Amino acid sequence: MKQRLVVIGAGMASGRMLEHLFEADPGAFEVTLFGAEPRGNYNRIMLSPVLSGEKTYDEIVTHDADWYRDNNVNCRFGETVTAIDRKRKVVISKDGETAYDKLLIATGSAPFIIPVAGKELPGVMAFRDLDDVNNMVAAAGKPGAKAVVIGGGLLGLEAAAALRLRGMEVVVLHLMGHLMERQLDPAAGYLLQRELESRGIKVHCKAQTKAILGNDRVEAVALDDGTVYPADIVVMAVGIRPETRIATDSGLHVERGIIVSDQMVTSDPDVLAIGECVEHENVVYGLVAPLYDMAKVAARTLLKQDAAFRPVQTATQLKVTGVSVYSAGDFADAEDREEIVLRDASAGVYKRLVLKDDRLIGAVLYGETGDGSWFFDLMKRGAEISEMRDTLIFGQAYQGGAQLDPMAAVAALPDDAEICGCNGVCKSTITGAIVGKGLTSLDDVRAHTKASASCGSCTGLVEKLLASTLGDAYNPAAIQPICPCTDLGHDEVRRLIVAKGLKSIPAVMQELEWKTSCGCAKCRPALNYYLLSTWPGEYEDDNQSRFINERVHANIQKDGTYSVVPRMWGGITNPRELRAIADVADKFAIPTIKVTGGQRIDLLGVKKEDLPAVWADLNAAGMVSGAAYAKGLRTVKTCVGSDWCRFGTQDSTGLGVRIEKFMWGSWTPAKVKMAVSGCPRNCAEATCKDVGVICVDSGYEIHFAGAAGLDIKGTEVLCHAKTEDEALEIIVALTQLYREQGRYLERIYKWAKRVGSDSIKANIVEDLEKRRYYFERFVYSQKFAQVDPWEERVNGKDAHEFAAMAEFGFPQAAE
Amino acid sequence: MSNWIAIGSINDIPRRGARCVKSPIGTIAVFRTAEDEIYAIEDRCPHKGGPLSQGIVHGAQVTCPLHNWVFSLETGEAQGADEGRVRTVALRLDGETILMDADLVMAIAAE
Ligand code: SRM
Ligand SMILES: Cc1cc2nc3c(=O)[nH]c(=O)nc-3n(C[C@H](O)[C@H](O)[C@H](O)COP(=O)(O)OP(=O)(O)OC[C@H]3O[C@@H](n4cnc5c(N)ncnc54)[C@H](O)[C@@H]3O)c2cc1C
Ligand code: SF4
Ligand code: FES
Repeated sequence: MKQRLVVIGAGMASGRMLEHLFEADPGAFEVTLFGAEPRGNYNRIMLSPVLSGEKTYDEIVTHDADWYRDNNVNCRFGETVTAIDRKRKVVISKDGETAYDKLLIATGSAPFIIPVAGKELPGVMAFRDLDDVNNMVAAAGKPGAKAVVIGGGLLGLEAAAALRLRGMEVVVLHLMGHLMERQLDPAAGYLLQRELESRGIKVHCKAQTKAILGNDRVEAVALDDGTVYPADIVVMAVGIRPETRIATDSGLHVERGIIVSDQMVTSDPDVLAIGECVEHENVVYGLVAPLYDMAKVAARTLLKQDAAFRPVQTATQLKVTGVSVYSAGDFADAEDREEIVLRDASAGVYKRLVLKDDRLIGAVLYGETGDGSWFFDLMKRGAEISEMRDTLIFGQAYQGGAQLDPMAAVAALPDDAEICGCNGVCKSTITGAIVGKGLTSLDDVRAHTKASASCGSCTGLVEKLLASTLGDAYNPAAIQPICPCTDLGHDEVRRLIVAKGLKSIPAVMQELEWKTSCGCAKCRPALNYYLLSTWPGEYEDDNQSRFINERVHANIQKDGTYSVVPRMWGGITNPRELRAIADVADKFAIPTIKVTGGQRIDLLGVKKEDLPAVWADLNAAGMVSGAAYAKGLRTVKTCVGSDWCRFGTQDSTGLGVRIEKFMWGSWTPAKVKMAVSGCPRNCAEATCKDVGVICVDSGYEIHFAGAAGLDIKGTEVLCHAKTEDEALEIIVALTQLYREQGRYLERIYKWAKRVGSDSIKANIVEDLEKRRYYFERFVYSQKFAQVDPWEERVNGKDAHEFAAMAEFGFPQAAE
Repeated sequence: MSNWIAIGSINDIPRRGARCVKSPIGTIAVFRTAEDEIYAIEDRCPHKGGPLSQGIVHGAQVTCPLHNWVFSLETGEAQGADEGRVRTVALRLDGETILMDADLVMAIAAE
């Protein structure tokens, strides 16, 4: 008698298994196939093109009615198996019991629905089967319909792109900082986001869904940050979990998935399992390639032939027409690995290869994925790549035969290859000018051909052309790169941030072709400052790119404790503040209280976990952070001035307080210290500060560019102001000019030396319109800056910074 | 045999950031990289004891906040010209839960 095989789940894995089985031995089993969906096996992967309308359902059916009939499969579609009774060897469904000799479980996965209020409203759907697709297509039929897709991974983005093609207004909500974070680094994620946005899809990262709103069907999605997106449908594509319920209930060994052996046998020798519902050697798979291997093994096991499933590397691809993303292997970075990164921003190409021991172990390709399978093959074979390392990233075409180095690759470009896209300059125009006009530098080429003179993204290519045309005669002007992560200097990076409208660190790293995927402790703080000062109100500060002092708003000390310096405006304090400082020092046993060189009080040796509580008490007495840690405005020292001093000519204390209150909170390239002295005796030491004011009978002498730290240098006089208002406007405008031109960590005196005092005076003193312009820009940026960081943290911001994650002691000895 | 104890969720640590775990050998710094790898090292710089948990994290490395030595999170070795190493502690991820090899910590404590 024929053995009875019952299969639960008519999905991709079981369909493939049945093919192998019938091919090898058509008569071995009498097969009953249960499927919860009211249809047979189809190519689930291709649901995305069906959703977008690029394919029809009929085109993706893998096994039709004829096939089941020819193979004598007893089809029970639309019938869910609700239980397995392993003792009696039957499965139970609504039509009763079905007996088996061998059972195959291939129930796949269930979409994960995030547990938010409103998740059960009509209009909320997953993206897993044809019914979901049909529901989405129906919703898209309504003119002006809006879709919110929750999840910016492969599945969510395929859904979003497809719904957009159907004419819907689409918003993608993604919990993480960038799209497809499991496959892409932030830079490539940014490229992808930009591409999707150019198709009219709105992308909202770091979006924490709070609730789905609606009365009898979905109307909108509300986020934690207060944003509300109207929606006719909400598609949840946040993840999947193995569908193991009936296996668990029947007492099979189930962990994350159903545990199987290399032979695909579960803890019951008569029950096999394959597909997304299984767990093999701690791994649960979510892509078809390994599932197909499982299908082959299961068929052989059923036929009592030897076979063993071995874990496989997987490669993924985003199937959105016109966008190519490919990733394979292991592309996390770690110490023993090296990366090769290629960024060609103008072409929208990003490639990253991860090497270990001269072997390729991971690859991420964006924009140009043609070599994906070649890389994958190298990876799977574990091929030694040291021979072709230099050209590996250019792909297969550059290998084999004569090897091309990157320089030769440029030299090998055809004469009519376009080098500069902005200005339409081709290779022969550039090489012709170099030879014909005797050009020797990048600037020469820019002046004569315009190549690389606009967005600058082809600079690297032009330099290689100079090098290959001139040979050793080419000596690139030595610009000091910010750090080893880039060849660009501070000024170029700043210029390009503005010119290209770059608004995030990943955007800068991608567009400016950074050589590392995550930067370093030198470039990240600099980029963070440039972005913050260029795009006030738009750029979101990246705390993790700040030095610890600025991250926790206190100065770290040699023993890991912190110091706390509250503001004392212009050096003025009062009994209430002093009492609060004394109380806080007692309460938190703060070991040292010191008067600083900046006319305020430093509380030294505060434990990190005490910081918020210390600040809360200081806040309660009206004190805010003195920013003693900041690349920003520190102190404005003053002397007693006309209020008390017999020589005082103006209210130096009042002006100092006014400047400090106007300018506190602003971030600057390096720290900024100011002082106001009431007369030329200069008791506030204004003539060695970044900006200083000497009050005189006729008004205010404004000084700048002094130094008294590593270097000592007296100030230069900028100009004379008649009124306090004028003095304030000049000082603010000067600071803003410095904020926009200064290199990160460059104090005012160094900046002034570099750009020249004349150019500063031309902007701030001679041209009143420009002075006003810089003043206004400073005022605008202050709208977002004057928030006391201590108060924010007292109210719970960044709480993780101040508390240990866990604590454990020695284990208790067993009695 | 390892004794894995749960110390929290990966979501408790910001990307490119760190959190501290107090243990019998002192504070242990637990890092999460931009790519969601997790590492644990002793929170004490071999140079002058700087708290490495407070440094800037880049790739699988951290820069000490006191004098800018750079350490590999994976091996604990100082990078570049600086010489020294910091002890690493094994971690494992179970779903989102981070597990620390407590036996290893105890073994270090017993040294
Ligand atoms: C507390 C204080 C010394 C004191 O006890 O008086 C001090 C303490 C520190 N100074 Fe200072 N400086 C202090 C006044 C000064 C002054 C005098 C002044 O401001 O009138 C100078 C000379 C003027 C100047 O700024 O150039 C000064 C020149 C420096 C320098 C050299 C800067 C330079 O480019 O030349 C550094 C190093 C740096 O910034 O890279 C520095 C750095 C430091 C740091 C932040 C070291 C560090 O990075 O951890 C110290 C932090 C201790 C802490 O936790 O509070 N400190 N430091 C003074 C705080 C003033 C305040 O109320 O904010
Ligand atoms: C839109 C989309 C795009 C995808 N794109 C790709 C891609 O590009 N590349 C890739 O490799 N993978 C892709 N995948 C993943 C791939 O489709 C799955 O890995 C694969 O379908 C899993 O096969 P399976 O047989 O394990 O499960 P499924 O194909 O899900 O089949 C399981 C079947 O079992 C049924 N079932 C469950 N429980 C019961 C029960 N108790 N009784 C009866 N029937 C039951 C289910 O209804 C389902 O029909 C994509 C998935 C989706 C949804
Ligand atoms: S001079 Fe400034 S930096 Fe040097 S030890 Fe004193 S406080 Fe620290
Ligand atoms: S203590 Fe870490 S570098 Fe000095």
